[in-house]
Amino acid sequence: MKQLMKGSAALGEGAIQAGGGAYFGYPITPQNELTEYMSRRMLEERRVFIQAESELAAINMVFGASVAGARAMTSSSSPGVSLKQEGISYMAGCELPGLIVNVQRGGPGLGNISGSQADYFQAVRGGGHGDYQVIVLTPASVQEMYEMPSMAFSLSEKYRTPALILTDGILAQMQEPMELVKINAARSGDQSWILDGCKGRAPRKIRSLLMEEGALEAHNRHLQKKYIEIKNKEQRYQLINEQAEIMLVAYGVSARVCYTAVQEANRKGLKVGLLRPITVWPFPEKIIQELVPQVKAFLVIELSAGQMVEDVNLAVNGKTPVYFYGRAGGACVTPEEVIKEIGKI
Amino acid sequence: MKKLFGKPESLTTVNHKYCPGCGHGIVHRLIAEVIDELGVREKTIGIAPVGCAVFAYDYWNFDVTEASHGRPPAVATGIKRVLPDRVVFTYQGDGDLAAIGMAETIHAANRGENITVIFINNAIYGMTTGQMAPTSLLGMKTTTTPFGREAKIAGYPIKVSELLVTLEGTTYLARGAVDSAKHVLEAKKAIKKAFEIQLSGKGYSLVEILSQCPPNWKMSVPESLEYVRKEMMTQFPLGVIKDKTGMTV
Ligand SMILES: Cc1ncc(C[n+]2csc(CCOP(=O)(O)OP(=O)(O)O)c2C)c(N)n1
Ligand code: SF4
Ligand SMILES: [Mg+2]
Repeated sequence: MKQLMKGSAALGEGAIQAGGGAYFGYPITPQNELTEYMSRRMLEERRVFIQAESELAAINMVFGASVAGARAMTSSSSPGVSLKQEGISYMAGCELPGLIVNVQRGGPGLGNISGSQADYFQAVRGGGHGDYQVIVLTPASVQEMYEMPSMAFSLSEKYRTPALILTDGILAQMQEPMELVKINAARSGDQSWILDGCKGRAPRKIRSLLMEEGALEAHNRHLQKKYIEIKNKEQRYQLINEQAEIMLVAYGVSARVCYTAVQEANRKGLKVGLLRPITVWPFPEKIIQELVPQVKAFLVIELSAGQMVEDVNLAVNGKTPVYFYGRAGGACVTPEEVIKEIGKI
Repeated sequence: MKKLFGKPESLTTVNHKYCPGCGHGIVHRLIAEVIDELGVREKTIGIAPVGCAVFAYDYWNFDVTEASHGRPPAVATGIKRVLPDRVVFTYQGDGDLAAIGMAETIHAANRGENITVIFINNAIYGMTTGQMAPTSLLGMKTTTTPFGREAKIAGYPIKVSELLVTLEGTTYLARGAVDSAKHVLEAKKAIKKAFEIQLSGKGYSLVEILSQCPPNWKMSVPESLEYVRKEMMTQFPLGVIKDKTGMTV
């Protein structure tokens, strides 16, 4: 049965249905509705909710809850996610699962509170210090906001690395019909690293400090091997009109704008399609490489000054022209603007 | 034959990397003895800091995690809220607890988290080789206060335990030292009481230990012990600073 739900509430409920055991947050617009939703629902479900003293504290509470074996998460918006980067790097180094949600807003600095996609680099290039990656998922509807936490938790547990849901203020505040489908809450992956007291087993240690000769290099080799496996196995995307000559590439809210633009362009007889990355790390480069021979041009649409376009360029590798159109500072692209850009190709 | 002295089960056989005379090793042992005596080794989760005690996870024979610099109280909060029946403690230096991690310290205390904090006050940043700590004494020469700590430039030494007294969430706050056999025994009693408070669900406990750091104080071991007694104890008096339980040590 379909019902109307707000993006932020759908994401929160999705995390709860996925067995999220602990939520830690700190207020920041435009993600307050998520923290508020969790403050009520997590207590109703007798799970852990804490309004932390800062985003730093929140991500380190996630670290602790994850160490103790819970499906743990935090959410914030851009400036707050910047503060979490050290903690995310530690989680990657210690190979801890966990979920971070970034409801992006305009930047840099305090910026504004409009939806934006300007934290793409931060999300997919590591963000914090050291050679690491987090798995980055991008919902484009309220339905996906609801279903993605489950996917994020399982991928993050399977590969023992943090997962990030990269969304924005528009999707989080949008209401849309959706269905509360059954969510998979089964924990995945090996759990023999959890700290719950050493009864009946040898004590366990969780650490990212590796000072012995060669130990840190070996650990990095292990991490990189894991990241390559994720790259090979977990690229996800949606493709509309695979025969298109002009392929739009957009994720999240800008993909929504592109849906409308594609329909309009098709009505005019233009062979336009859309590739919507669902994972932006790993970036769906394989499908882009497959599309290269048939596509005359890629047009990347983002609510940023041009970040994901770099990944498209890397995948295309100069074999097909890549165009970019975006608006930064919390401004939104319209379908008319996209059509106009298509016309320029 | 009765064994009078030996290695507590809660300590591993890994050799400590601490300098001769350092207080850290003594406090590690006191914690291990207390955990053995309370019979909670198999349900204890420790949190090692970033500081000289960063290798504590190699020295304790129970579950231990690291935490980023200053965040052990937040990590402990996450663990304890998920596993409320386990014994969770943090072990932190003065830089970790009272500078970079002061917000986490105060808010974990204010929430009355049912955890134990062991706070090693050596008035210096040991690991990074001798910079000023928030607890460095006025006039103290460090690598970042080469002319001695001057209040006008660097503020005053923070009395952490006294600072936490006003927070209703704190149950037990005590200060000890490890400069003499007598003080070591008293410190152990305070640590034991702090863990007992946690075990009985009575809330937040913190034991501050004045600890010597001879190399970074540029002193011999005997000189450093004298410094603890004469200078540190004047600024940071020993004793129970707050006890809401009415339990006797
Ligand atoms: C974010 C961050 N900032 C700075 C450091 C460097 N650092 C490591 S230990 C330390 C201070 C240690 O002093 P204290 O907490 O008093 O512990 P001690 O070594 O004296 O026991 C600092 C500043 C770090 N590791 N991480
Ligand atoms: S530097 Fe100081 S605190 Fe660190 S191990 Fe040496 S004596 Fe101990
Ligand atoms: Mg210190």
